[in-house]
Amino acid sequence: MLTLKCPYCGVDADETDLHAGGEAHLKREGPGASDDAFEDYLFMRENPKGVHFERWRHAYGCGKWFLAARCTTTLQVFGTYPAQTLEPPQDIKDAISAQRPGWSWGNFK
Amino acid sequence: MKRYSAFAIAREAMRQHTGWDHAWAKPAPKKKYDVIIVGAGGHGLATAYYLGKNFGITNVAVLEKGWLGGGNTGRNTTIIRSNYLQDPSAAIYEKARSLYETMSQDLNYNVMFSPRGVIMLAQTQHEIRGYRRTAQANALQGVKTEWIGPQRVKELCPIMNIDGPRYPVLGGLYQERGGTARHDAVAWGYARACSDMGMDIIQQCEVTGVRKENGKVVGVDTSKGPIDCDKLGMVVAGHAGVMAQMAGFRLPLESVALQALVSEPIKPCMDVVVMANTVHGYMSQSDKGEMVIGGGTDAFNNYTQRGSFHHIEETVRALVETFPMISRLKMLRQWGGIVDVTGDRSPILSKTPVDGVFVNCGWGTGGFKAIPGSGWAMAELMAKGQSPLTDEFSMFRFREGKFIDESVAAGVAH
Repeated sequence: MLTLKCPYCGVDADETDLHAGGEAHLKREGPGASDDAFEDYLFMRENPKGVHFERWRHAYGCGKWFLAARCTTTLQVFGTYPAQTLEPPQDIKDAISAQRPGWSWGNFK
Repeated sequence: MKRYSAFAIAREAMRQHTGWDHAWAKPAPKKKYDVIIVGAGGHGLATAYYLGKNFGITNVAVLEKGWLGGGNTGRNTTIIRSNYLQDPSAAIYEKARSLYETMSQDLNYNVMFSPRGVIMLAQTQHEIRGYRRTAQANALQGVKTEWIGPQRVKELCPIMNIDGPRYPVLGGLYQERGGTARHDAVAWGYARACSDMGMDIIQQCEVTGVRKENGKVVGVDTSKGPIDCDKLGMVVAGHAGVMAQMAGFRLPLESVALQALVSEPIKPCMDVVVMANTVHGYMSQSDKGEMVIGGGTDAFNNYTQRGSFHHIEETVRALVETFPMISRLKMLRQWGGIVDVTGDRSPILSKTPVDGVFVNCGWGTGGFKAIPGSGWAMAELMAKGQSPLTDEFSMFRFREGKFIDESVAAGVAH
Protein backbone atom coordinates (compact mmCIF):
# COMPACT_ATOMS: atom_id res chain seq x y z
CA MET A 1 0.00 0.00 0.00
CA LEU A 2 1.19 3.49 -0.83
CA THR A 3 2.42 5.30 2.29
CA LEU A 4 3.04 9.05 2.40
CA LYS A 5 4.45 11.04 5.30
CA CYS A 6 2.18 13.95 6.15
CA PRO A 7 4.48 16.99 6.36
CA TYR A 8 2.20 18.69 8.90
CA CYS A 9 1.57 16.05 11.53
CA GLY A 10 4.52 13.80 10.69
CA VAL A 11 2.38 10.66 10.49
CA ASP A 12 3.24 7.96 7.95
CA ALA A 13 -0.23 7.78 6.44
CA ASP A 14 -1.54 4.79 4.49
CA GLU A 15 -3.29 5.33 1.18
CA THR A 16 -6.62 4.57 2.86
CA ASP A 17 -6.12 7.59 5.15
CA LEU A 18 -5.42 9.88 2.22
CA HIS A 19 -7.39 11.50 -0.57
CA ALA A 20 -5.66 11.97 -3.93
CA GLY A 21 -6.10 15.47 -5.34
CA GLY A 22 -4.49 15.40 -8.78
CA GLU A 23 -1.69 17.41 -10.30
CA ALA A 24 0.30 19.78 -8.08
CA HIS A 25 1.60 23.28 -8.84
CA LEU A 26 -1.24 24.19 -11.19
CA LYS A 27 -1.03 27.86 -12.00
CA ARG A 28 -4.46 29.33 -11.57
CA GLU A 29 -5.67 31.43 -14.50
CA GLY A 30 -8.28 34.12 -14.20
CA PRO A 31 -9.98 36.89 -16.19
CA GLY A 32 -7.74 38.21 -18.93
CA ALA A 33 -5.95 34.89 -19.43
CA SER A 34 -5.59 33.60 -22.98
CA ASP A 35 -7.79 30.72 -24.14
CA ASP A 36 -4.72 28.50 -24.38
CA ALA A 37 -3.67 29.23 -20.82
CA PHE A 38 -7.17 28.66 -19.52
CA GLU A 39 -7.56 25.37 -21.38
CA ASP A 40 -4.23 24.24 -19.98
CA TYR A 41 -5.22 25.19 -16.45
CA LEU A 42 -8.64 23.55 -16.58
CA PHE A 43 -8.10 20.41 -18.63
CA MET A 44 -4.57 19.60 -19.76
CA ARG A 45 -2.67 17.52 -17.25
CA GLU A 46 0.85 16.28 -16.77
CA ASN A 47 0.59 12.53 -17.16
CA PRO A 48 4.22 11.42 -17.01
CA LYS A 49 5.57 7.92 -16.96
CA GLY A 50 8.07 8.61 -14.20
CA VAL A 51 8.50 11.54 -11.81
CA HIS A 52 5.20 13.20 -10.89
CA PHE A 53 4.09 15.88 -8.45
CA GLU A 54 0.62 15.70 -6.99
CA ARG A 55 -1.70 16.96 -4.29
CA TRP A 56 -2.87 14.78 -1.43
CA ARG A 57 -5.06 15.41 1.57
CA HIS A 58 -4.54 13.72 4.91
CA ALA A 59 -8.29 13.11 4.96
CA TYR A 60 -8.54 10.76 7.94
CA GLY A 61 -5.75 12.46 9.86
CA CYS A 62 -5.05 16.14 10.29
CA GLY A 63 -7.18 16.99 7.25
CA LYS A 64 -4.56 19.20 5.60
CA TRP A 65 -3.52 19.32 1.94
CA PHE A 66 0.09 18.60 1.09
CA LEU A 67 2.20 17.83 -1.99
CA ALA A 68 4.15 14.70 -2.88
CA ALA A 69 6.83 13.77 -5.40
CA ARG A 70 6.32 10.22 -6.63
CA CYS A 71 7.31 7.95 -9.49
CA THR A 72 4.35 6.60 -11.48
CA THR A 73 6.23 3.54 -12.75
CA THR A 74 7.62 2.28 -9.43
CA LEU A 75 5.36 4.05 -6.90
CA GLN A 76 8.58 5.18 -5.15
CA VAL A 77 7.99 8.31 -3.07
CA PHE A 78 10.75 10.94 -3.20
CA GLY A 79 9.30 13.13 -0.50
CA THR A 80 6.35 15.21 0.67
CA TYR A 81 6.16 18.92 1.42
CA PRO A 82 3.62 21.56 2.46
CA ALA A 83 1.06 22.78 -0.04
CA GLN A 84 2.02 26.44 0.41
CA THR A 85 4.92 26.25 -2.05
CA LEU A 86 5.09 27.39 -5.66
CA GLU A 87 7.71 24.84 -6.62
CA PRO A 88 9.28 21.71 -5.11
CA PRO A 89 11.87 22.50 -2.41
CA GLN A 90 15.51 21.93 -3.30
CA ASP A 91 15.96 18.90 -1.03
CA ILE A 92 13.09 17.13 -2.82
CA LYS A 93 14.59 18.00 -6.20
CA ASP A 94 17.95 16.68 -5.03
CA ALA A 95 16.35 13.45 -3.81
CA ILE A 96 14.78 12.96 -7.23
CA SER A 97 17.98 13.83 -9.10
CA ALA A 98 19.88 11.22 -7.07
CA GLN A 99 17.45 8.54 -8.27
CA ARG A 100 16.33 9.84 -11.67
CA PRO A 101 19.16 11.91 -13.19
CA GLY A 102 17.98 14.29 -15.91
CA TRP A 103 14.31 14.29 -14.83
CA SER A 104 11.97 17.09 -15.79
CA TRP A 105 8.32 17.83 -15.09
CA GLY A 106 6.47 20.81 -16.48
CA ASN A 107 8.83 23.74 -15.99
CA PHE A 108 10.79 22.06 -13.20
CA LYS A 109 13.97 20.03 -13.50
CA MET B 1 -6.44 -17.56 -45.27
CA LYS B 2 -7.97 -20.94 -44.66
CA ARG B 3 -11.48 -20.50 -43.33
CA TYR B 4 -12.40 -21.94 -39.97
CA SER B 5 -15.47 -24.16 -40.13
CA ALA B 6 -16.92 -27.37 -38.78
CA PHE B 7 -15.68 -28.98 -41.98
CA ALA B 8 -12.14 -27.70 -41.34
CA ILE B 9 -12.16 -29.24 -37.86
CA ALA B 10 -13.32 -32.58 -39.29
CA ARG B 11 -10.68 -32.40 -42.03
CA GLU B 12 -7.89 -31.65 -39.57
CA ALA B 13 -9.09 -34.33 -37.19
CA MET B 14 -8.41 -36.82 -39.98
CA ARG B 15 -4.76 -35.74 -40.30
CA GLN B 16 -3.60 -35.12 -36.75
CA HIS B 17 -4.20 -31.34 -37.00
CA THR B 18 -1.15 -30.80 -39.20
CA GLY B 19 -2.88 -28.44 -41.61
CA TRP B 20 -3.60 -25.40 -39.45
CA ASP B 21 -1.85 -22.17 -40.50
CA HIS B 22 -0.58 -19.50 -38.15
CA ALA B 23 -3.47 -17.13 -37.57
CA TRP B 24 -1.32 -14.13 -38.51
CA ALA B 25 2.12 -13.58 -40.02
CA LYS B 26 5.08 -12.15 -38.12
CA PRO B 27 6.83 -9.99 -40.72
CA ALA B 28 9.82 -7.67 -40.32
CA PRO B 29 8.88 -4.01 -40.79
CA LYS B 30 9.05 -2.51 -44.29
CA LYS B 31 10.68 0.88 -44.85
CA LYS B 32 7.42 2.71 -45.46
CA TYR B 33 3.68 2.28 -44.99
CA ASP B 34 0.72 4.45 -45.98
CA VAL B 35 -0.62 4.18 -42.44
CA ILE B 36 1.02 3.16 -39.18
CA ILE B 37 -1.20 2.31 -36.24
CA VAL B 38 0.58 2.29 -32.89
CA GLY B 39 -0.95 -0.23 -30.52
CA ALA B 40 -2.11 -3.74 -31.42
CA GLY B 41 -4.92 -3.89 -28.93
CA GLY B 42 -8.55 -4.23 -29.90
CA HIS B 43 -8.99 -0.59 -30.93
CA GLY B 44 -5.76 -0.46 -32.98
CA LEU B 45 -6.44 -3.73 -34.79
CA ALA B 46 -10.07 -2.78 -35.42
CA THR B 47 -8.90 0.55 -36.88
CA ALA B 48 -6.55 -1.29 -39.23
CA TYR B 49 -9.23 -3.83 -40.15
CA TYR B 50 -11.81 -1.20 -41.13
CA LEU B 51 -9.18 0.86 -42.99
CA GLY B 52 -8.74 -2.19 -45.20
CA LYS B 53 -12.31 -3.40 -45.31
CA ASN B 54 -14.16 -0.10 -45.72
CA PHE B 55 -11.56 2.03 -47.51
CA GLY B 56 -9.23 -0.42 -49.28
CA ILE B 57 -6.16 0.91 -47.47
CA THR B 58 -4.05 -2.18 -46.82
CA ASN B 59 -0.48 -0.88 -46.84
CA VAL B 60 -0.76 -0.67 -43.07
CA ALA B 61 1.49 -1.62 -40.17
CA VAL B 62 0.25 -2.15 -36.62
CA LEU B 63 3.12 -1.69 -34.16
CA GLU B 64 2.95 -3.20 -30.69
CA LYS B 65 5.59 -2.80 -27.98
CA GLY B 66 4.46 -5.89 -26.09
CA TRP B 67 2.31 -8.63 -27.48
CA LEU B 68 -0.92 -8.51 -29.41
CA GLY B 69 -3.90 -7.85 -27.17
CA GLY B 70 -1.68 -7.91 -24.08
CA GLY B 71 -2.72 -4.57 -22.65
CA ASN B 72 -6.23 -3.57 -21.61
CA THR B 73 -7.78 -5.78 -24.31
CA GLY B 74 -6.67 -8.77 -22.26
CA ARG B 75 -7.39 -7.15 -18.89
CA ASN B 76 -11.01 -6.05 -18.94
CA THR B 77 -14.23 -7.66 -17.76
CA THR B 78 -15.58 -8.10 -21.34
CA ILE B 79 -18.85 -6.25 -20.79
CA ILE B 80 -20.66 -4.92 -23.86
CA ARG B 81 -23.48 -2.38 -23.57
CA SER B 82 -24.55 0.88 -25.19
CA ASN B 83 -26.93 2.43 -22.66
CA TYR B 84 -25.22 5.83 -22.55
CA LEU B 85 -26.93 9.14 -21.95
CA GLN B 86 -25.55 11.52 -24.58
CA ASP B 87 -26.32 11.20 -28.30
CA PRO B 88 -22.71 11.02 -29.59
CA SER B 89 -21.91 8.27 -27.06
CA ALA B 90 -25.02 6.27 -27.86
CA ALA B 91 -24.17 6.50 -31.57
CA ILE B 92 -20.65 5.11 -31.32
CA TYR B 93 -21.32 2.55 -28.57
CA GLU B 94 -24.47 1.27 -30.31
CA LYS B 95 -22.51 1.03 -33.56
CA ALA B 96 -19.99 -1.08 -31.67
CA ARG B 97 -22.63 -3.26 -30.03
CA SER B 98 -24.35 -3.89 -33.35
CA LEU B 99 -21.02 -4.84 -34.98
CA TYR B 100 -20.40 -7.31 -32.16
CA GLU B 101 -23.62 -9.10 -33.14
CA THR B 102 -22.14 -10.28 -36.44
CA MET B 103 -18.43 -10.12 -35.61
CA SER B 104 -17.88 -13.89 -35.48
CA GLN B 105 -19.31 -14.23 -38.99
CA ASP B 106 -17.58 -11.12 -40.34
CA LEU B 107 -14.15 -12.21 -39.09
CA ASN B 108 -14.70 -15.97 -39.47
CA TYR B 109 -13.47 -16.15 -35.88
CA ASN B 110 -15.60 -17.13 -32.90
CA VAL B 111 -15.56 -14.18 -30.52
CA MET B 112 -18.22 -15.84 -28.36
CA PHE B 113 -20.46 -12.78 -28.29
CA SER B 114 -23.10 -13.58 -25.70
CA PRO B 115 -25.99 -11.08 -25.60
CA ARG B 116 -27.07 -12.25 -22.18
CA GLY B 117 -28.35 -8.89 -20.98
CA VAL B 118 -26.89 -6.19 -18.77
CA ILE B 119 -28.63 -4.77 -15.69
CA MET B 120 -27.39 -1.58 -14.08
CA LEU B 121 -28.84 -1.57 -10.59
CA ALA B 122 -30.48 1.47 -9.07
CA GLN B 123 -29.80 1.41 -5.34
CA THR B 124 -30.57 5.03 -4.46
CA GLN B 125 -33.38 7.41 -5.36
CA HIS B 126 -30.86 9.43 -7.33
CA GLU B 127 -29.99 6.42 -9.46
CA ILE B 128 -33.67 5.71 -10.16
CA ARG B 129 -34.03 9.20 -11.60
CA GLY B 130 -30.75 8.92 -13.49
CA TYR B 131 -31.52 5.59 -15.11
CA ARG B 132 -35.11 6.50 -15.96
CA ARG B 133 -33.72 9.51 -17.74
CA THR B 134 -31.19 7.32 -19.54
CA ALA B 135 -33.93 4.89 -20.58
CA GLN B 136 -35.89 7.80 -22.09
CA ALA B 137 -32.80 9.11 -23.84
CA ASN B 138 -32.02 5.64 -25.21
CA ALA B 139 -35.56 5.35 -26.58
CA LEU B 140 -35.02 8.56 -28.54
CA GLN B 141 -31.60 7.38 -29.72
CA GLY B 142 -32.94 4.05 -30.95
CA VAL B 143 -31.04 2.06 -28.33
CA LYS B 144 -33.27 -0.60 -26.84
CA THR B 145 -33.15 -0.38 -23.05
CA GLU B 146 -35.85 -0.43 -20.42
CA TRP B 147 -36.39 0.52 -16.81
CA ILE B 148 -37.34 -2.57 -14.77
CA GLY B 149 -38.58 -2.92 -11.20
CA PRO B 150 -36.91 -4.86 -8.39
CA GLN B 151 -39.04 -8.00 -8.86
CA ARG B 152 -38.01 -8.25 -12.51
CA VAL B 153 -34.37 -7.79 -11.44
CA LYS B 154 -34.83 -10.69 -9.02
CA GLU B 155 -36.36 -12.85 -11.77
CA LEU B 156 -33.45 -12.15 -14.10
CA CYS B 157 -30.84 -12.74 -11.40
CA PRO B 158 -32.23 -14.97 -8.63
CA ILE B 159 -28.97 -15.08 -6.65
CA MET B 160 -29.35 -11.41 -5.85
CA ASN B 161 -30.52 -10.15 -2.47
CA ILE B 162 -32.74 -7.20 -3.37
CA ASP B 163 -33.68 -6.29 0.22
CA GLY B 164 -30.57 -4.47 1.26
CA PRO B 165 -30.21 -3.83 4.16
CA ARG B 166 -27.96 -0.92 3.35
CA TYR B 167 -28.47 -0.64 -0.41
CA PRO B 168 -31.73 -2.36 -1.43
CA VAL B 169 -32.25 -2.91 -5.15
CA LEU B 170 -34.87 -0.40 -6.26
CA GLY B 171 -34.88 -1.33 -9.94
CA GLY B 172 -32.52 -1.30 -12.85
CA LEU B 173 -31.70 -0.16 -16.35
CA TYR B 174 -31.85 -3.29 -18.47
CA GLN B 175 -30.31 -3.72 -21.90
CA GLU B 176 -31.37 -7.08 -23.23
CA ARG B 177 -28.90 -7.12 -26.12
CA GLY B 178 -25.91 -6.19 -24.02
CA GLY B 179 -23.64 -8.93 -22.79
CA THR B 180 -20.10 -10.20 -23.02
CA ALA B 181 -17.60 -11.50 -25.58
CA ARG B 182 -14.31 -13.33 -25.45
CA HIS B 183 -11.86 -10.43 -25.20
CA ASP B 184 -8.72 -12.15 -26.54
CA ALA B 185 -10.65 -13.57 -29.47
CA VAL B 186 -11.70 -10.08 -30.53
CA ALA B 187 -8.03 -9.04 -30.85
CA TRP B 188 -7.02 -12.34 -32.42
CA GLY B 189 -9.89 -12.30 -34.91
CA TYR B 190 -9.08 -8.78 -36.07
CA ALA B 191 -5.36 -9.61 -36.23
CA ARG B 192 -6.02 -12.65 -38.40
CA ALA B 193 -8.26 -10.67 -40.74
CA CYS B 194 -5.72 -7.79 -40.96
CA SER B 195 -2.87 -10.18 -41.69
CA ASP B 196 -5.01 -11.80 -44.38
CA MET B 197 -5.45 -8.41 -46.07
CA GLY B 198 -1.64 -8.07 -46.23
CA MET B 199 -1.18 -5.77 -43.27
CA ASP B 200 1.91 -6.18 -41.09
CA ILE B 201 1.39 -6.73 -37.37
CA ILE B 202 4.77 -6.14 -35.75
CA GLN B 203 5.05 -7.15 -32.12
CA GLN B 204 7.86 -6.33 -29.67
CA CYS B 205 8.37 -3.10 -31.60
CA GLU B 206 8.26 -0.06 -29.32
CA VAL B 207 7.82 3.40 -30.78
CA THR B 208 10.46 5.70 -29.30
CA GLY B 209 9.91 8.87 -31.30
CA VAL B 210 7.70 10.60 -33.86
CA ARG B 211 9.46 12.24 -36.81
CA LYS B 212 7.95 15.40 -38.28
CA GLU B 213 8.79 17.70 -41.18
CA ASN B 214 7.10 21.11 -41.53
CA GLY B 215 4.47 20.19 -38.96
CA LYS B 216 3.57 16.95 -40.71
CA VAL B 217 4.35 13.44 -39.60
CA VAL B 218 6.80 11.52 -41.81
CA GLY B 219 7.51 8.45 -39.72
CA VAL B 220 8.34 6.93 -36.37
CA ASP B 221 11.49 5.70 -34.67
CA THR B 222 11.11 2.27 -33.17
CA SER B 223 13.13 -0.37 -31.36
CA LYS B 224 13.31 -2.10 -34.77
CA GLY B 225 14.57 1.00 -36.59
CA PRO B 226 12.89 3.96 -38.28
CA ILE B 227 9.71 3.38 -40.31
CA ASP B 228 8.20 6.00 -42.63
CA CYS B 229 4.49 6.68 -42.97
CA ASP B 230 2.00 9.17 -44.42
CA LYS B 231 -0.48 8.90 -41.58
CA LEU B 232 -0.05 7.86 -37.98
CA GLY B 233 -2.78 6.61 -35.67
CA MET B 234 -2.03 6.53 -31.96
CA VAL B 235 -4.24 3.95 -30.29
CA VAL B 236 -2.33 3.22 -27.11
CA ALA B 237 -4.82 3.73 -24.24
CA GLY B 238 -2.91 4.37 -21.00
CA HIS B 239 0.22 5.45 -22.82
CA ALA B 240 -1.56 8.03 -25.01
CA GLY B 241 0.02 10.85 -22.99
CA VAL B 242 3.49 9.43 -23.54
CA MET B 243 2.92 9.10 -27.29
CA ALA B 244 1.48 12.61 -27.50
CA GLN B 245 4.59 13.96 -25.79
CA MET B 246 6.71 12.30 -28.51
CA ALA B 247 4.64 14.07 -31.14
CA GLY B 248 4.84 17.37 -29.27
CA PHE B 249 1.35 18.02 -27.92
CA ARG B 250 -0.57 17.44 -24.71
CA LEU B 251 -3.81 15.59 -24.04
CA PRO B 252 -6.42 16.17 -21.34
CA LEU B 253 -5.85 12.72 -19.86
CA GLU B 254 -4.68 11.08 -16.67
CA SER B 255 -3.63 7.43 -16.55
CA VAL B 256 -4.80 5.40 -13.58
CA ALA B 257 -4.98 1.72 -12.64
CA LEU B 258 -8.22 -0.24 -12.95
CA GLN B 259 -8.41 -3.72 -11.48
CA ALA B 260 -10.48 -6.83 -11.98
CA LEU B 261 -10.53 -10.28 -10.45
CA VAL B 262 -12.06 -13.70 -10.96
CA SER B 263 -13.21 -16.32 -8.49
CA GLU B 264 -12.74 -20.06 -8.60
CA PRO B 265 -15.10 -21.64 -11.15
CA ILE B 266 -18.53 -22.65 -9.87
CA LYS B 267 -21.68 -24.09 -11.47
CA PRO B 268 -23.77 -21.73 -13.61
CA CYS B 269 -25.65 -19.38 -11.29
CA MET B 270 -25.97 -16.09 -13.12
CA ASP B 271 -26.74 -15.53 -16.80
CA VAL B 272 -26.82 -11.74 -16.90
CA VAL B 273 -24.23 -9.04 -16.29
CA VAL B 274 -25.00 -6.96 -13.20
CA MET B 275 -23.46 -3.60 -12.47
CA ALA B 276 -23.92 -1.79 -9.17
CA ASN B 277 -22.51 1.68 -9.55
CA THR B 278 -23.42 3.09 -6.15
CA VAL B 279 -21.32 0.49 -4.37
CA HIS B 280 -18.63 0.27 -7.09
CA GLY B 281 -18.89 -3.29 -8.23
CA TYR B 282 -19.96 -5.33 -11.23
CA MET B 283 -20.08 -9.03 -11.88
CA SER B 284 -20.80 -11.67 -14.50
CA GLN B 285 -20.08 -15.37 -14.85
CA SER B 286 -17.68 -16.60 -17.50
CA ASP B 287 -18.26 -19.70 -19.58
CA LYS B 288 -15.68 -21.45 -17.42
CA GLY B 289 -17.80 -20.68 -14.36
CA GLU B 290 -15.59 -18.04 -12.79
CA MET B 291 -17.30 -14.99 -11.36
CA VAL B 292 -15.70 -12.04 -13.15
CA ILE B 293 -15.62 -8.99 -10.89
CA GLY B 294 -14.62 -5.40 -11.45
CA GLY B 295 -14.72 -2.21 -9.46
CA GLY B 296 -13.53 1.37 -9.45
CA THR B 297 -10.20 2.86 -10.44
CA ASP B 298 -7.44 3.96 -8.14
CA ALA B 299 -7.36 7.70 -7.57
CA PHE B 300 -3.77 8.48 -8.49
CA ASN B 301 -1.67 8.41 -11.67
CA ASN B 302 -0.03 5.07 -12.16
CA TYR B 303 1.70 3.10 -14.93
CA THR B 304 2.47 -0.08 -13.00
CA GLN B 305 -0.47 -2.25 -14.18
CA ARG B 306 -0.97 -2.97 -10.47
CA GLY B 307 -3.71 -1.49 -8.35
CA SER B 308 -4.27 -0.88 -4.67
CA PHE B 309 -5.42 -3.87 -2.67
CA HIS B 310 -7.97 -1.95 -0.66
CA HIS B 311 -9.97 -1.25 -3.82
CA ILE B 312 -10.47 -4.97 -4.30
CA GLU B 313 -11.61 -5.23 -0.72
CA GLU B 314 -14.12 -2.42 -1.24
CA THR B 315 -15.47 -3.98 -4.43
CA VAL B 316 -15.90 -7.44 -2.99
CA ARG B 317 -17.32 -6.14 0.28
CA ALA B 318 -19.96 -4.22 -1.66
CA LEU B 319 -20.90 -7.17 -3.87
CA VAL B 320 -21.23 -9.59 -0.95
CA GLU B 321 -24.21 -7.62 0.36
CA THR B 322 -26.05 -7.86 -2.95
CA PHE B 323 -24.81 -11.38 -3.82
CA PRO B 324 -24.55 -13.16 -0.43
CA MET B 325 -23.65 -16.51 -2.04
CA ILE B 326 -20.25 -15.24 -3.20
CA SER B 327 -19.08 -14.62 0.37
CA ARG B 328 -17.25 -17.96 0.60
CA LEU B 329 -15.79 -18.02 -2.90
CA LYS B 330 -12.03 -18.02 -3.19
CA MET B 331 -10.61 -15.50 -5.60
CA LEU B 332 -8.26 -17.02 -8.17
CA ARG B 333 -6.63 -14.17 -10.02
CA GLN B 334 -6.44 -10.42 -9.88
CA TRP B 335 -4.90 -8.02 -12.36
CA GLY B 336 -4.72 -4.36 -13.29
CA GLY B 337 -4.61 -2.30 -16.45
CA ILE B 338 -3.73 1.33 -17.08
CA VAL B 339 -6.69 3.33 -18.32
CA ASP B 340 -6.60 6.88 -19.65
CA VAL B 341 -9.40 8.99 -18.26
CA THR B 342 -10.66 12.31 -19.62
CA GLY B 343 -12.46 15.01 -17.68
CA ASP B 344 -15.90 14.19 -19.14
CA ARG B 345 -15.36 10.39 -19.14
CA SER B 346 -15.79 10.28 -22.92
CA PRO B 347 -13.14 9.19 -25.42
CA ILE B 348 -11.05 11.25 -27.80
CA LEU B 349 -11.07 10.34 -31.51
CA SER B 350 -9.49 13.27 -33.17
CA LYS B 351 -7.11 15.02 -35.47
CA THR B 352 -4.19 16.53 -33.58
CA PRO B 353 -2.02 19.65 -33.87
CA VAL B 354 0.39 17.54 -35.96
CA ASP B 355 -0.71 17.05 -39.56
CA GLY B 356 -1.27 13.37 -40.34
CA VAL B 357 -1.38 12.29 -36.72
CA PHE B 358 -4.68 10.98 -35.37
CA VAL B 359 -5.41 9.94 -31.84
CA ASN B 360 -7.88 7.42 -30.42
CA CYS B 361 -7.72 7.35 -26.64
CA GLY B 362 -9.50 8.33 -23.46
CA TRP B 363 -11.79 5.30 -23.40
CA GLY B 364 -11.05 5.20 -19.72
CA THR B 365 -12.63 2.32 -17.88
CA GLY B 366 -14.90 1.19 -20.71
CA GLY B 367 -13.04 0.61 -23.93
CA PHE B 368 -13.69 -3.05 -24.64
CA LYS B 369 -17.36 -2.62 -25.50
CA ALA B 370 -16.48 0.06 -28.02
CA ILE B 371 -13.79 -1.77 -29.98
CA PRO B 372 -15.58 -2.34 -33.31
CA GLY B 373 -17.34 1.03 -33.32
CA SER B 374 -14.15 2.81 -32.35
CA GLY B 375 -12.20 1.07 -35.11
CA TRP B 376 -14.94 1.77 -37.65
CA ALA B 377 -15.04 5.48 -36.76
CA MET B 378 -11.27 5.90 -36.44
CA ALA B 379 -10.72 4.27 -39.85
CA GLU B 380 -13.18 6.71 -41.44
CA LEU B 381 -11.53 9.64 -39.66
CA MET B 382 -8.07 8.58 -40.87
CA ALA B 383 -9.17 7.77 -44.42
CA LYS B 384 -11.44 10.76 -45.08
CA GLY B 385 -10.34 13.28 -42.45
CA GLN B 386 -13.82 13.37 -40.98
CA SER B 387 -16.41 10.98 -39.59
CA PRO B 388 -19.91 11.65 -38.27
CA LEU B 389 -19.18 9.26 -35.41
CA THR B 390 -16.08 11.15 -34.25
CA ASP B 391 -17.12 14.79 -34.84
CA GLU B 392 -18.11 15.35 -31.22
CA PHE B 393 -15.12 13.47 -29.77
CA SER B 394 -12.44 15.96 -30.82
CA MET B 395 -9.58 16.61 -28.43
CA PHE B 396 -10.40 20.32 -28.79
CA ARG B 397 -13.92 19.98 -27.34
CA PHE B 398 -12.74 20.84 -23.84
CA ARG B 399 -11.55 24.23 -24.97
CA GLU B 400 -14.98 24.91 -26.49
CA GLY B 401 -16.79 23.62 -23.42
CA LYS B 402 -18.55 21.02 -25.58
CA PHE B 403 -18.28 18.17 -23.13
CA ILE B 404 -19.91 14.80 -23.63
CA ASP B 405 -20.61 14.30 -19.98
CA GLU B 406 -20.93 10.60 -19.25
CA SER B 407 -19.91 10.66 -15.64
CA VAL B 408 -23.32 9.25 -14.72
CA ALA B 409 -23.18 6.39 -17.20
CA ALA B 410 -19.47 5.77 -17.07
CA GLY B 411 -18.00 7.37 -13.98
CA VAL B 412 -17.63 4.16 -12.07
CA ALA B 413 -18.16 0.85 -13.68
CA HIS B 414 -17.88 -0.50 -17.19
